Amino acid sequence: MTTIKRAKGFWLSISLSLIFFAIVQVLIGGGSLNPFYQNTLMFIGINIILAASLHLIIGITGQFSIGHAGFLAVGAYASAVMTMKLNMPFTLALIVGGLAAALAGLIIGIPSLRLKGDYLAIATLGFGEIVRIVLLNIDYVGGASGMQVSHLTTWPWVFASVLVTIIVIRNFTSSTHGRACISIREDETAADSMGINTTYYKVVAFAIGAFFAGIAGALYAHNFYIIQPSNFGFLKSFDILILVVLGGLGSLSGAVLAAILLTVITTFLQDYPETRMIIYSLVLIVMMIYRPQGLMGTKEITSMFKRKGGSSHENKNTAA
Amino acid sequence: MELIQQLINGVSLGSIYALIALGYTMVYGIVKLINFAHGDVFMVGSFVGFYSITVLDLSFVPALLISMTVCALFGVLIERIAYKPLRNATRIAALITAIGVSLLIEYGFIYVRGAQPEAYPNDVLPTDKFDIFGVSINSQSILIFGVAVVLMIILQIIVHKTKIGKAMRAVSFDADAAKLMGINVNNTISATFAIGSALAGAAGVIFGIYYIKIEPLMGVLPGLKAFVAAVLGGIGIIPGAMVGGLLLGVIEALVSAAGYSLWRDAVAFVVLILILIFMPQGLFGKNKKEKV
Repeated sequence: MTTIKRAKGFWLSISLSLIFFAIVQVLIGGGSLNPFYQNTLMFIGINIILAASLHLIIGITGQFSIGHAGFLAVGAYASAVMTMKLNMPFTLALIVGGLAAALAGLIIGIPSLRLKGDYLAIATLGFGEIVRIVLLNIDYVGGASGMQVSHLTTWPWVFASVLVTIIVIRNFTSSTHGRACISIREDETAADSMGINTTYYKVVAFAIGAFFAGIAGALYAHNFYIIQPSNFGFLKSFDILILVVLGGLGSLSGAVLAAILLTVITTFLQDYPETRMIIYSLVLIVMMIYRPQGLMGTKEITSMFKRKGGSSHENKNTAA
Repeated sequence: MELIQQLINGVSLGSIYALIALGYTMVYGIVKLINFAHGDVFMVGSFVGFYSITVLDLSFVPALLISMTVCALFGVLIERIAYKPLRNATRIAALITAIGVSLLIEYGFIYVRGAQPEAYPNDVLPTDKFDIFGVSINSQSILIFGVAVVLMIILQIIVHKTKIGKAMRAVSFDADAAKLMGINVNNTISATFAIGSALAGAAGVIFGIYYIKIEPLMGVLPGLKAFVAAVLGGIGIIPGAMVGGLLLGVIEALVSAAGYSLWRDAVAFVVLILILIFMPQGLFGKNKKEKV
């Protein structure tokens, strides 16, 4: 019974999002959506992918990673090399971007099995910086002056990527593997002693999260006309972090909502970068003091429409 | 000879890292928090020193003392407003708050005064050159190293000979037990922040004099590297931070000397990751077993 209900809900959301896609597509085709709104829409899509991918690492698995811009950079540069230097089609570049970032995720994920909490945070921050400095020193990709990339990212690409990201992460979370990841978040030592291979799941979560960050990187690179290593410093990592923190550590729909909300705010504050950073930092501080579980906690938006008691299986604890 | 020259540069840079790393290590030792804003306290210290020298027309020592005092107060203010409400929160919440405080200081500062850099006047300290066995040593390097050593000795005396130092050691060992013994934990934590921030302020002034150029985002990279230094020596251990800082400075200087100066910043993070993987307790730490 519940499976049928769930399947119904699944197809309902898919068809609703397809309708949304079609409406936007018609608006773009008809020319009634000007480039500014189109760009904002693309940006929202890219940020949703980033937020969802980091949500899998921090919110579900409880691994506090603040080097997400590193994965974004790997994806961006790998895909840009594919299209610009090797003249490959965009589809292939997108996948290669994701795979390159997943490989980077494996490389940082495997040593990360020995680290926890703050130490992991600092190590991932260091990893992000290493990626940036390495890119800065490779002349093949233009060094500090960056790389020119043609504009290939279109609305259907962004939409399809967002859809795939959300479906994969949603299904991963509710699978056995996702449950194992959540148990690591709640108490790693206890999960380990219950026979869960914590190392394996941490690395898997890292690799999947990094893969989607790489896809976002590919879309990001082909949405702008130039990419530079300075675009991927740790400020970018913090930008992504705040999406997850604001939405709620452990809530996918929260991360998506925060991505939409903050992208819109960012767009309006484009001319006042300092104000934007002040608002972001105040949000982080006030949020952590008064509502550390974020806007949504670990709840999903779908559980709000269920009747009372229906959500009794929902986890009451906040992440980490 | 070139090598010795580089080693001396490395030690000067390393003593700046060491001063910042001491604050990280003390705060971490007592509240188990990576105070991301520490690098920004260093930046504020540098600017306070700059304004004391240029606007108030003070010489080096008064400027250093003013900067240390202002930073000490600033550090306590940060602790009381942002970190104290989170004393019993999760470590991730505390870490996120620290990141938020760091960004707030940086961009609040830019908002108030703009992002343009300033140049320290170069006549604050004498800049004679000595030639010893064919190595030319700048008198500034010696003075900077001297100031750092004196501050570290004062810190050791405070931590090991005074009442507040004893309280700090007790709280870092076991905060609850210390409370039961009548130690005022809140005041002790504030004192730790004050001392650590004062050292960061001093490092800021020294940095400004040595590297001339200062700007609102200057604290980020030295702050992170000082954290690397603290981890290298074993976080929470005061002599470890000093040795870690000096070692990191020397490593960076050697990397530059070998012709890889563009990779200098990456090396610090590679050192960090290697240390975390192979020796997470640091050079001076003991290995601790974890319990369920």
